[in-house]
Amino acid sequence: MIEVISSDRCIRCDICERVCPAFVFDRDETGLPVIARQDDCQTCFLCEIYCPTDALYVAEAAHGPIGIAEAEVVERDLFGAYARSLGWSRGRAGGAQNDPTRHIRVAQV
Amino acid sequence: MASRRKEQPTEDGRHMETDVLVVGGGPAAAWAALSAAEAGARVILADKGYHGTSGATAPSNTGTWCVPPGEGRAASVEQRFKRTAGLADRRWMLRAADRAYENLQKLVDWGYPFPSEEDGSLYIANLRGPDYMRFMRQRVQKAGVTILDHHPILELLGDENHVGGAAGLSRRNGASFSVAAGAVVLATGGCAFFERILGGTGLTGDGYLLAAEAGASLSGMEFTGKYTLAPHGSSLNKGLPFRWATFYRESGEVLRDDRGEPVTNGIGGGERQVAEALLSGPVYARLDLAEPAIQDWLRRGQPNCFQPYDRMGINPFEQLFRVDLKYEGTVRGTGGIRIVSSDCGTGIAGLYAAGDAASRENVTGGVSGGGAINASWAIASGWWSGHGAAHHARSRKHRDFARLRPLGATGLRGAGQREDVELAVAARTVHDEIVPLDRSYWRKANVLEASRRILEDVWAGLNQAKPSVGIERLRAREVASVTASARWTVAAALLRTESRGVHRRSDFPREDERQASRIIVSGLDRVSALREDLALETAREG
Ligand SMILES: Cc1cc2nc3c(=O)[nH]c(=O)nc-3n(C[C@H](O)[C@H](O)[C@H](O)COP(=O)(O)OP(=O)(O)OC[C@H]3O[C@@H](n4cnc5c(N)ncnc54)[C@H](O)[C@@H]3O)c2cc1C
Ligand code: SF4
Ligand code: SF4
Repeated sequence: MIEVISSDRCIRCDICERVCPAFVFDRDETGLPVIARQDDCQTCFLCEIYCPTDALYVAEAAHGPIGIAEAEVVERDLFGAYARSLGWSRGRAGGAQNDPTRHIRVAQV
Repeated sequence: MASRRKEQPTEDGRHMETDVLVVGGGPAAAWAALSAAEAGARVILADKGYHGTSGATAPSNTGTWCVPPGEGRAASVEQRFKRTAGLADRRWMLRAADRAYENLQKLVDWGYPFPSEEDGSLYIANLRGPDYMRFMRQRVQKAGVTILDHHPILELLGDENHVGGAAGLSRRNGASFSVAAGAVVLATGGCAFFERILGGTGLTGDGYLLAAEAGASLSGMEFTGKYTLAPHGSSLNKGLPFRWATFYRESGEVLRDDRGEPVTNGIGGGERQVAEALLSGPVYARLDLAEPAIQDWLRRGQPNCFQPYDRMGINPFEQLFRVDLKYEGTVRGTGGIRIVSSDCGTGIAGLYAAGDAASRENVTGGVSGGGAINASWAIASGWWSGHGAAHHARSRKHRDFARLRPLGATGLRGAGQREDVELAVAARTVHDEIVPLDRSYWRKANVLEASRRILEDVWAGLNQAKPSVGIERLRAREVASVTASARWTVAAALLRTESRGVHRRSDFPREDERQASRIIVSGLDRVSALREDLALETAREG
């Protein structure tokens, strides 16, 4: 579930509020996103990769927050982890042309 | 520093007109919108979420059923047909293979970044969800389609004999809006029955309810016994890595099958044993059969699958981790709105269905279409429905919008006055009647019958409740849609007194050749299930 919004990293661009498919975010008067409907979050990690500054962190538990804090996300280098593994960067798409899934598709049912 | 809103909030009562209204924002909706625009129609696409991230494809990585033209195609169809539990239709399979292939070629022409094979040719049989859906949004915008993000449709508008638009709300402020249209395509995806799977929150079977309220029927709702493995407590119902898994008990003891062999391959032979073991306690897995090269391909090719492990701080190739079987309803099951014509018409004038909103029995019979068929079906059926809708809209140039009336009922309008009907309780009740393994992996008459009665009560409660207002209408309609989908599922499952495809009856464990026909369900306050005696013979010969 979406758990962390880093107010230091966030540039108040409103992208996450617009792209979240479950409409989880509102914004406060300064433009900082707030997690307004956390239980609606579908743990899809997509807000993370659309964020231009890697300011969002979605924890792995889909049924409720685990209570992870920003410091731990920084320490374990988890901000932007999904984007990096896809080849997305600064909110821009990339890396699909390097997808090696064809090698393992044969086994797919 | 407050930033500028890029989208004007919808004012209450906003009314729009168009030729084709596409409801949904996944691949089926995108292809329908592109197809209708190509056919010359003005198009509005209204999505409950954000078109580009919503739906089951966007967070996933989908393989397609990609069959090049030529001599091999008929053989491919034949091979796949053998796995459809006798209920697919070869003609539909062939034309879906053809249409999907043509449209994958369009993606090549438009510059979608497909990977290359070793010989330099493009590998087009796989689409990375986030990239694919972002790309599709750009194409849809380019085609001049008006996109309404976060604008779920709540009900259809129609008159005695046709559908001519829809109405919904803006999630930003709960404001109502309506669209009058020459034709409507339902591309609302499947029903995940409130299970927390990838892309699943918005997949509440809304299109099924909308279609049924307009008089359409559904088919294949019993083929919903589909589950996929996921790390415990996560949303990652992606089966592929479990191809290389061995399964264990909590004690660390390896799980063994009847012959004493270790249980492996969770997307093949091992699935059933894992399901059985889960009935009596937790099951663990380790991807210990993946060699280094496979590990590398899995990590780079399916990075979403590794998010839970990386975030939990475990190495799934070396450490044991607990697993769940996640229920997938009609997202990887097959049921949906019954298709009656080659342009994906529903039998109701002006109403079309595509993707997971439609029954996929034509192309995948009684088995799951996940892993290949569903993605290609979304492309092909989206395309056909877009053309069908554009054509229909053209034939209805002189439309009388004043005669349209709202068709929605449960949760939205009615004389109900009760204030004690809790939507959250109703949602949980329905979830618990459908999602557990002993409800939908294995079914039997007395359990189904008990569920049927409980679901009747939930439905009655929803009808007695005071209709919701404002933003609450969305939740009310989602709960109504899931409840209706559950009732149709149970009705079809009761009627099919055999095991076939992903419908498993523990009281009728065998396939019964006399039941090799589809089951059609319809009705709201009174649900009916009937066998359709398909002229499959002709299809078999042809
Ligand atoms: C994890 C996972 C992996 C998968 N992998 C594969 C694979 O490898 N190969 C394969 O063939 N298939 C796969 N599938 C299935 C495939 O993703 C679906 O078949 C496909 O997404 C269906 O497309 P769709 O457009 O019909 O529905 P979806 O992509 O689910 O989109 C439904 C859309 O409808 C919108 N919507 C819902 N209700 C409303 C409403 N009331 N008003 C407006 N909009 C609404 C939603 O916001 C969403 O945009 C997978 C599914 C999952 C969950
Ligand atoms: S997308 Fe990132 S930078 Fe933009 S508002 Fe959201 S958190 Fe802040
Ligand atoms: S993980 Fe998905 S649903 Fe949750 S906040 Fe991010 S984009 Fe929204």
